Amino acid sequence: MLKALQLEPEKCTGCLQCEMACSYENEGVFNPAKSRIKVFNFHDEGRFAPYTCTQCDEAWCLYACPVEAIAINAGTGAKEVLGDTCVGCKVCTIACPFGTVNYNSSTGKVIKCDLCGGDPWCAKACPTGAITYVDADGTGMERMRAWARQGMPPAGASVNAPAEKEIPNYESA
Amino acid sequence: MHHVVIGAGPAGVVAAEHLRKYDPDSSVTIVGGEEEPPYSRMAIPYYLVKRIPEGGTHLRKSSGYYDRMGIDVKHGRVTGVDTNANAVSLDGGGSVNYDKLLIATGASPVAPPIPGTDLDGVRNCWDLPDAREIIKYCEPGKRIVLIGAGFIGCIILEALVASGAQVHVVEMENRMVPRMMNETAGGLIGQWCGDKGIEVHTGTRVESIDEKNGALSVSLGDGGRLDADLAITATGVAPNIGFARDSGIDVDEGLLVNEYLQTRSENVYAAGDCAQGRDFSTGEYSVQAIQPTAVEHGRIAARNMARGHEHYHWGNVNMNVLDTMGLISSSFGLWMGADGGDSAELLDKNEYRYLNLQFKDDVLVGASSLGLTEHVGVVRGLIQSKTRLKNWKDKLRKDPTRLMEAYLANTQAVGHNAHVL
Repeated sequence: MLKALQLEPEKCTGCLQCEMACSYENEGVFNPAKSRIKVFNFHDEGRFAPYTCTQCDEAWCLYACPVEAIAINAGTGAKEVLGDTCVGCKVCTIACPFGTVNYNSSTGKVIKCDLCGGDPWCAKACPTGAITYVDADGTGMERMRAWARQGMPPAGASVNAPAEKEIPNYESA
Repeated sequence: MHHVVIGAGPAGVVAAEHLRKYDPDSSVTIVGGEEEPPYSRMAIPYYLVKRIPEGGTHLRKSSGYYDRMGIDVKHGRVTGVDTNANAVSLDGGGSVNYDKLLIATGASPVAPPIPGTDLDGVRNCWDLPDAREIIKYCEPGKRIVLIGAGFIGCIILEALVASGAQVHVVEMENRMVPRMMNETAGGLIGQWCGDKGIEVHTGTRVESIDEKNGALSVSLGDGGRLDADLAITATGVAPNIGFARDSGIDVDEGLLVNEYLQTRSENVYAAGDCAQGRDFSTGEYSVQAIQPTAVEHGRIAARNMARGHEHYHWGNVNMNVLDTMGLISSSFGLWMGADGGDSAELLDKNEYRYLNLQFKDDVLVGASSLGLTEHVGVVRGLIQSKTRLKNWKDKLRKDPTRLMEAYLANTQAVGHNAHVL
C-alpha cells in the first residue's frame, strides 16, 4: 500500500526541525528556504502548520510540464522532478494550486517534495509526531486530495447566494 | 473507435495519452503539421540559451514512446474538415477518417503591419526552424532588434544577451509585457533590462525595415533608426483555424467550444491555443494561448470524447510566469482588477519585488508579482477555489505575502478549523 505524509498541525510546535532535515538531506545545506516542507506560522493564534505536496492524483505540475521533467515514482507514488531534464520554466510553480512547487534560483530548477524516495526525513526529524509517514488510507490526506481532484468549484457554486457575513470596510490604498 | 487528434503540441499529445488511458481499445492517431517529433515551443528559449540540446524540446523523450503507447503519429498539414463525412483532408490529397476528432492545431505568429518583415534577417521566434536560424545570430557583436516586448520577446532576451549580441527592444505600449503586467511592474522590468545593457524603446513603434549594404535598418516612430543583423518579430499569435472555416464548426476568435470543449459539430472537439474556451475569471469565451490551459483542455477534451460528457469545463484561470533575464514575474486571473473590487499592493523598487492582489468581495480574483518564487501556485488555488478569505482579507491587505497562511487557515485543519481550540 502506498504511504503518505500525515500532517497534524495541532501537534506542531514550530521547531522547524523538518525544514532543517529536508534542506540538509536534499540540498546539502541547513537552509529552511530550500526546504520542500514549510512550517507556516500563525503567530496571532500561537499555531503552526507544516505543509508540503500531497502527491495529488491530479498531478497538475506533471501535466503542465512542457519537457516531461516531472515523473511518478512507481514505488512511492511521488511526483519527482527530474533535475537533468527540468529547464526551469516555472510553469509547474503556477500550475500547482497548492503552492508546493518552488523555483530554486541557485540551480535554475524547481524543487518539490519527493518523499525522499520512501523514507521522508521530515517525518523522522519531527519530535512531536506532527509529521508522520503512514499508510495512505488513514491520513486524512483524502480530503486534501478530493479537493485536488475537484480542482474546480462544485456545480452551482457561482450561482448560490452568498452567505451572510461581515464585510470589513477598507480605506483605499 | 478511432480518435484523431490534429496538432502535435502539448494539448494534442496530452489528449492522445488520455484518450489511450480512458479508451484503451480505441485507436489513436496524432496528425502533426511540422516535420519534427512532437515538441514544446515553451522549451525553445532554453534551447536558444543552450541549456538543453534540440532534443530537450521534445515533449516525450524515450525512443519508441508513441509506438509503445499505441499512438500513431503522422505528419501532414490539415487542409479541411468534412464534418458530414467525419474526415479530415491533408495537404497532398490524403485524408483521415475519424469517429471523434480533436482539433489542437495551436497558433501562429501574426506578422506586424510593417513594411519589410518579409526581408531575409527578419524572423519570428515561434517554431524550431525559427530557433535554428536565430541561434546562428547569437554571437558577440551581432546586432539584434526585438520587435515586441511581450511574453515571448522577454523570455528569449536572456539567450540573446548571453550570446554577447547587442540587443534593442521596441515595444509600442508604454511598458514591457503590457498584457501581463501593470505600469509599475512592467516599468520595473524595463528598468531591469536597461541595467543589463539592453536598449529598451517603449511607447514607439517600428515604422519600417529596410535593407542597406547587407544589413537591416529599422526605422522607429520616434525618428530613431537602428542598424541590425537580425530583427525578431514577437508581436502576438493567432489561432490556426483557417482550415475549419466552412466546415460547420463555429469560428470566432478561435474555435468556439461548449462547456465540454465540444464544437458545434457533435464529434469534433477543440483544445489549446486554437480553442476559444471559457475563462474562469470572466466566464467569457476567449483564446488564452498558455501552456497550462492547453494541457488541461487536452485532458478534459479527451475524457469527454472517450467517456461521454462527464467532465464539465469550468474555465481556466489565465496565468503566466515569465523570467526576464532572471527577474521572475507572474500574473493570474483578473490581475488588472475587477469591477467593484479592491486591491492590496506591496512594492520594493530597489529589490525589484512587487506583489499586487486583486479582490472581489473577500475572494482573491487576480494577482501579479515580481520576484515571487515561493508558493506562487497558491494564487491559482485561491482564485480557482473561490475561497472566502473572511478575516484573512484584512491580514492580506496588511501583508500580501501571507498567501499560503490565508489558504491554509481557510481550507485546512489549522487552529479553529481543527476543532482543537
